[in-house]
Amino acid sequence: MSVLVYTENWEGKFKKLSYELVSYAAAMAEMLNTSLTALSIGEVDSAELESLGRFGASKIVSIENEKLKNLDNQAYTAVIADMAKKLGARVIILANNNTGKAVAPRLSVKLKAGVGAGVSRLPSSLEPFTVYKRVYSGNAYAHIVIKTEVRILTLAQNSFDIAEGDNKPEIEKLSYDLDPALVKTEVRDVNKQSGKLLLTDAEIVVSGGRGMRSPDNWAPIVELADLLGGATACSRPVSDEGWRPHEEHTGQTGKIIAPDLYIAVGISGATQHIAGVSASKCIVAINTDKDAPVFDVAKYGMVGDAMKVLPGLIEAVKNVKSA
Amino acid sequence: MKILVCISNVPDTTTRIRFTGSKKLDTAGIQWVINPWDELSLTRALELKDANPGLVESVTVAHVGPVSSEPTIRKALAIGADSAIRVNSDAHDAYFVAAQLAEVVKADNFDLILCGIESSDFNGSTVGGMLAEFLQYPSVSAVSGINIENGNLSLTREIDGGKELLSLAVPFVAIVQKGIAKEPRIAAMRGIMMARSKPIKLVEPVMTEPLTEIVSYEMPPEKEACRFIDADKPGELIDILQNVEKVI
Ligand SMILES: Cc1cc2nc3c(=O)[nH]c(=O)nc-3n(C[C@H](O)[C@H](O)[C@H](O)COP(=O)(O)OP(=O)(O)OC[C@H]3O[C@@H](n4cnc5c(N)ncnc54)[C@H](O)[C@@H]3O)c2cc1C
Ligand SMILES: Nc1ncnc2c1ncn2[C@@H]1O[C@H](COP(=O)(O)O)[C@@H](O)[C@H]1O
Repeated sequence: MSVLVYTENWEGKFKKLSYELVSYAAAMAEMLNTSLTALSIGEVDSAELESLGRFGASKIVSIENEKLKNLDNQAYTAVIADMAKKLGARVIILANNNTGKAVAPRLSVKLKAGVGAGVSRLPSSLEPFTVYKRVYSGNAYAHIVIKTEVRILTLAQNSFDIAEGDNKPEIEKLSYDLDPALVKTEVRDVNKQSGKLLLTDAEIVVSGGRGMRSPDNWAPIVELADLLGGATACSRPVSDEGWRPHEEHTGQTGKIIAPDLYIAVGISGATQHIAGVSASKCIVAINTDKDAPVFDVAKYGMVGDAMKVLPGLIEAVKNVKSA
Repeated sequence: MKILVCISNVPDTTTRIRFTGSKKLDTAGIQWVINPWDELSLTRALELKDANPGLVESVTVAHVGPVSSEPTIRKALAIGADSAIRVNSDAHDAYFVAAQLAEVVKADNFDLILCGIESSDFNGSTVGGMLAEFLQYPSVSAVSGINIENGNLSLTREIDGGKELLSLAVPFVAIVQKGIAKEPRIAAMRGIMMARSKPIKLVEPVMTEPLTEIVSYEMPPEKEACRFIDADKPGELIDILQNVEKVI
């Protein structure tokens, strides 16, 4: 018996979300009184692999294979399923991001193992195995029993505290014989910006809505985000109008994010927008209308004109940063 | 090429969600709609058919659900789907639904199968991938574009910080997200009239044990009331964020 966590890498590096995932998986292993193995696919150096140990993985298995350079859902599923069988894994944990969403459901069918998708806590009970997750786009939560002996969980981002220790893991570099017929997706072209903080990774997000009135008014949003080391986002009409790029569109039909701090400026707080940000730890809203629904979900609010409030906030941040 | 669009029937997102007891959704007053992603995949499927008349033979929608979902299926037909298939059963869990859809695909040999990235009821993001694995077809997730060039399909896949252009031979399952179509196509009067005579094929479910079960629902934890801070005192807000919330 064991717990298996799949730790994706980004150009050979892990992220905060990887450590969160390993911390969660280690807590799960402890609940089950067993050990945690982390699986890495792709080129990651030993020091980086070893870092997973600090968060509770006792063993790291690293597979490098030229054919697995790009994500192919079927091929990745085969690799993870083989590893799970070899270890006799009872719980398999992945991130609830694009990769996790691509692979977990395939694994479920391959291993006939029920999925808890986007869980945000450890199970409330092991027998029956009961997990907790948001449903109806955040308007409710559900307790779900997974009835199979092997369970697959994808962990909602920023929902579990990182626990760092000083374990030294055992590292095994495994060569894996992949059936080349499994790789059917061919990547013809990649268009990628690197070095930019991704909205889904940002711990602080400053977001503008239609209340910003014009794309020419965005400078203070960008400046505030930069000062705070955060990313910028926007509501759907703002990206639909082309005021801001589509990658910034947040909400039910855009990105779903869970930063520590979400500052909503000139955003009314429609349910579809809130569906994408309600898991943020602290929401601050700035709006001219004191009755705007966004204040129902915000922890702190300021009633006022964004173009007057933002410069004051920028000054205040500069003051504390220089202090 | 035959396209299948899998549609789920969900409460409109502005509907207030309530439960009778802790296990049952209170359906009184709920407005049911085609899951937003599925409406967009249907739109893109119809655009591909319009642009490639010889190549795309038909666009069919499939739904696993009871007879009460038929208005949603009719709506898909009114938007322009050629035909529809309904598997006559409650959707017990994603595994069950995907197993039923796999039978639908095998029976009619669809080439391109479209699913949404998530349905707005259970937020599972699982049916599409499960369906592909049941069929042993390739699947591509986070698809934000599907195009046909010289008879070949190409897909745009969203990755962290960018996009990839992929090519892939049918049959496969594409799991779509934002970008797949701009605005959902809406049903015109003519479409609504025509939908009345379009067939909804009824299929009985195959035996499948669901793997998961929802045992209870609860409402989100109560939020504390918003604390308003004077807009003329930005320093006060920043101080709280730094020293009380410790988020900056
Ligand atoms: C199926 C579906 C899916 C959707 N998905 C999404 C989604 O994913 N994300 C999303 O965002 N929306 C989504 N929407 C749209 C959503 O319903 C709202 O229309 C949208 O979120 C409103 O955007 P907004 O708050 O920027 O604009 P508005 O609703 O127009 O609000 C502007 C706000 O700015 C305030 N304001 C005006 N001037 C100022 C000023 N000078 N300073 C400060 N405040 C000011 C106003 O009081 C108002 O509250 C979806 C809709 C549907 C039907
Ligand atoms: N009952 C259903 N009938 C047909 N297709 C469905 C059903 N439920 C989900 N789907 C498809 O699977 C996608 C993802 O749903 P889910 O995995 O439930 O989040 C939806 O966008 C639909 O394309």
